Amino acid sequence: MSNRAKLFIPGFFFVSMLGLLLFGLFRDPNLLPSALVNRPLPEFSRPDLFDETAVITSDMLKGGVFLVNVWATWCPPCHVEHPYLVEISEREPDITFVGVNYKDDPKLAREFLDERGNPFKHSLVDADGHLGIDLGIAGAPETFLVDATGTIRYRHVGVIDNKIWDEVFEPILEQIK
Amino acid sequence: MIPELGNFAAMLALCLAAGQAVIPMAGAYYRNQLWMGLARPLAAGIWVFLLLSFACLAYAFMHDDFSVAYVARNSNSLLPVYYKFAAVWGAHEGSLLLWVLILSTWAYAVSLLSRDLPLDILARVLSVMGLVLVGFLMFMLFTSNPFERMLLNTPAEGTDLNPLLQDFGLIVHPPFLYMGYVGFSVAFAFAIAALLTGRLDAAWARWTRPWTNAAWAFLTVGIALGSWWAYYELGWGGWWFWDPVENVSFMPWLIGTALIHSLAVTEKRGVFKSWTVLLAIAAFSLSLLGAFIVRSGVITSVHAFAVDPERGLVLLALLLVIIGGSLFLYALRAPVVKGTASYAGYSREIFLLVNNVILVVATAMILLGTLFPLIHEAIYGEANRVSIGPPYFNTLFLPLMAMLAFALGIGTYSRWKRTSVQYLWQQLSKVLFASVALGIVLPLLITGEVNFGVMLALVLALWIVLGIANDLWHKTANKPSRVKALVELGRSYWGMQLAHFGMAVIMCGICFTSNHSVEEDVRMAPGDSMSIGSYEFTFDGVVERSGPNYVADSATIQVTKNGEKYLTMHPEKRRYLATGAVQTEADIRVGLFRDLFTALGDPRGDGSWVVRIHYKPFVFWIWFGAFLMACGGVLAVLDKRYRKLRVRDGKAATAAPIPAGTAEA
Repeated sequence: MSNRAKLFIPGFFFVSMLGLLLFGLFRDPNLLPSALVNRPLPEFSRPDLFDETAVITSDMLKGGVFLVNVWATWCPPCHVEHPYLVEISEREPDITFVGVNYKDDPKLAREFLDERGNPFKHSLVDADGHLGIDLGIAGAPETFLVDATGTIRYRHVGVIDNKIWDEVFEPILEQIK
Repeated sequence: MIPELGNFAAMLALCLAAGQAVIPMAGAYYRNQLWMGLARPLAAGIWVFLLLSFACLAYAFMHDDFSVAYVARNSNSLLPVYYKFAAVWGAHEGSLLLWVLILSTWAYAVSLLSRDLPLDILARVLSVMGLVLVGFLMFMLFTSNPFERMLLNTPAEGTDLNPLLQDFGLIVHPPFLYMGYVGFSVAFAFAIAALLTGRLDAAWARWTRPWTNAAWAFLTVGIALGSWWAYYELGWGGWWFWDPVENVSFMPWLIGTALIHSLAVTEKRGVFKSWTVLLAIAAFSLSLLGAFIVRSGVITSVHAFAVDPERGLVLLALLLVIIGGSLFLYALRAPVVKGTASYAGYSREIFLLVNNVILVVATAMILLGTLFPLIHEAIYGEANRVSIGPPYFNTLFLPLMAMLAFALGIGTYSRWKRTSVQYLWQQLSKVLFASVALGIVLPLLITGEVNFGVMLALVLALWIVLGIANDLWHKTANKPSRVKALVELGRSYWGMQLAHFGMAVIMCGICFTSNHSVEEDVRMAPGDSMSIGSYEFTFDGVVERSGPNYVADSATIQVTKNGEKYLTMHPEKRRYLATGAVQTEADIRVGLFRDLFTALGDPRGDGSWVVRIHYKPFVFWIWFGAFLMACGGVLAVLDKRYRKLRVRDGKAATAAPIPAGTAEA
C-alpha cells in the first residue's frame, strides 16, 4: 500500500466505527428469541449465595411462577436494573424471584444485595458460569420466566424496568397464570 | 421573561459563531486583514452571550421557575441553594450549555492570550473552534433546549435533582471534565490550521503545547474528581469500575498524554509531525465520541444521561462532519507537514515513541472493550449480548502501564538524537538495583507476604521516584548552591518530574489499596463491636434525622485506635422526599496512609443493621497522585519560555517556516 493511501486508515477506521454506532442507535434494546423458550428449565444444583454449605436444586423451583434473573456486580446494566427488581418483587408476591449470581465474587454479591435490597427468595452462585451455559445466556443481565410446570416461557435479555415489565412481562404472565 | 432572554442570547451566540466559522477563515484564504481581524471581537461576543445565557438558566434555577421544563425536572424548592446552582449542569440540556460556554471560554482565552500569534493562524484556529461551536449550539437549541417552557400546565413543584448528584463532587466534577474535553479543541484547531496552511514547525508545537497541557491538567483533575465521587458517593468502596462512561473520559486523557509527549518531540526535533497532528485530532475526537456515548444511550452505563435515539442521530451527524472532515483533511494534507530529521535507536525520540505506542495501544484496547458489546451484537445478532467486565480491562491495562513505567524511567534519562547504552547504564544501574532491592524487601518487612503484584508495582514506582531523585542530584552537582540550582531547572522540567512523580504515587495507591484493603460487612446490634488491625469499631445504634430535603437513618459508630478514643462516624441512609429515592451516604475519614469507610446497609428487624466497614490503605494516594500530575501540567504551562519565545517565533514563523538546525521537508 502506498504511503498516501495509509493516511486514509484513521478515517476509514472512524467511518466503520460510526457505522457501528449508527447500528447501535437503531437496535431494539429488548428483543430476544431463545432456543430454550417452551423447553424445561435445565437441571442444576448450585450453592446458596448466603449459605455456601446449602445447595439449591432445580427441583426446588417447581410449583408456581418463577422469575430467574442472571446478574453480577461487575455488570453495570445490572446495577441499573436492580432497584426495579426490588420494587417489582415487592409488588408481585406471587412470583418467586430467583437470582443467579453469574461469574461473580460471592462476597461482593452479598454486599450488593445487603446494601441495595434483596429481591430474590433464592440466590444461587454460578461461579464457573456453567449454569449460564446451560441457560444459553450471552451476558448479564438476563431474565427467564418459568411457569408452574417448570417450563421456560419467556427469556429477556437486558435490563428490566417498569415500562418493560408492564408492556412485555405482564401479558406473558396473564397467559401463564 | 428571563428564560426567553437566555434562549435569545444563545441564538445570538449561534449567529456570531456562524460568522466566526466563516469570516476569519475566508479572510485567511483571501488575505483580508479586516475579516481576519474580526476573529477576536467575535470570540469575545460569543463568550459574553453564552455567559449571559448560562446566567439566565442559573437564575431560573435559583428562583424555582418550574415553568421551565428543565428546571422542573431537575430541581425542587427544597433543594439547597448550592445544589440548585449545580443542577444547572445536572442533566443533559444544561450540561450541554455548560459545554458550549466552556468551548467559547477556551476560544476567548486563545484570542486574549495569543497576541503574538500570526493573525492568519489565529483566524484559522478561531474559525475551526467557531465551526465546532456552531454544531453544538445547533444541537443544543434544536434538540435539547434547556429553556423550553411548560407555560400551560406549570408544575407547582419540581421533581428534584437526582440524589446521586446532590453532592460537592457534582458541583466541581463536570466543569473540570468539560474544561479538559473541550480544551483539546484548541490543540485540534491548531492541528487543522497546520493542515490547512501546511505550516507545522517548532513554533507551531510551542504555541500548541501550553494549551494542550492546560486541557490535560483539567481533564486529569476532572477524572480524579469523578473517581473520588464514585468512591464516596456511590458507596461501593470502589474507585474505578471500567464503566463505559469512565472509559470515554479516560481515552481522551490517554491520547492527550501521548499528545503532550509527541508535541515535545515535534517542538524540539521537528519529527513525528503528522503523528502529532493525528493525535491532536484523535484527542478531541475521543472527547466528542465520549459526549456521544454518554448522551445517546448507545451503551448502557450506570451514569449515562437519559436515552434519546433522535438526539443520538444528530450527534452522530455532528461527529461525521467534525471528525470525518478533519480525518479526510488529514489524509489529503498530512504529506505536506512531514518532517525528516534523523534519530538513532537509543534516543529520547524513540523512548517518547514507545510512550506513544503504549498509550495508543491502551486506548485502542479500552475503545475495543467499550464498543465490544456493540460489535458482538452486530455480528452475532441481538440474542447474543455481552457485558465486558473489569477482568478484561485489568488484564490488558496493567501490563501496559508496567511497560510504560519502565520506559518512563529510561526515557527521561535518554538524550535527543542519540544516547549511548553505556551512558544509560552508568546513570541508571544504581537506580535499577536500589528500586528492585527496596521494592522486594519493603513489602516483605512490612506485611511479611510474598505478593508479586505488589512487589512489581513498588519496584516500578521506586524506579520512577529514585530516577527523579538521581536526576535532580546529578543536575545540581558541580553547582555552587544546590538549592539555587534546583530553582533554575525551569518550570517545564519541574512540571515533567512532578507529573511523573504523581504517576508513581498513583501506582503505589492503586497497588496497596487493591491488595491490602480490608472490607467487612457485618450485622451489628447496638453495642456490638468489631476490629480491623488496630482499629475497633463499636456500633451505637441508629437514630432518625431530617435534612433539608430528605430524612435519614443516621448511625453512630465509635472508633478506637489501640484502645484509645479516636473518632466517631455517622454513615446514613437517606430517603429523598420528592422522589422517594434512597441513597447511601457513606462516612469516610480520609488519611494519608489509610481511609476508614463506613456505610449503613439494611435494618434486620431486631434492631441490628448490616454495616459495611472498610479499611483502605493508601487509597488517598490515587487522587493525590492525579493532583500532582495536574500540578505538573500547570507548571509546564507556566514555563517562562512560552512567553519569552512567543514574540520571536511569531516573527520567525511569518518570515521563514523552517526552524534552525532541523532538516525540513
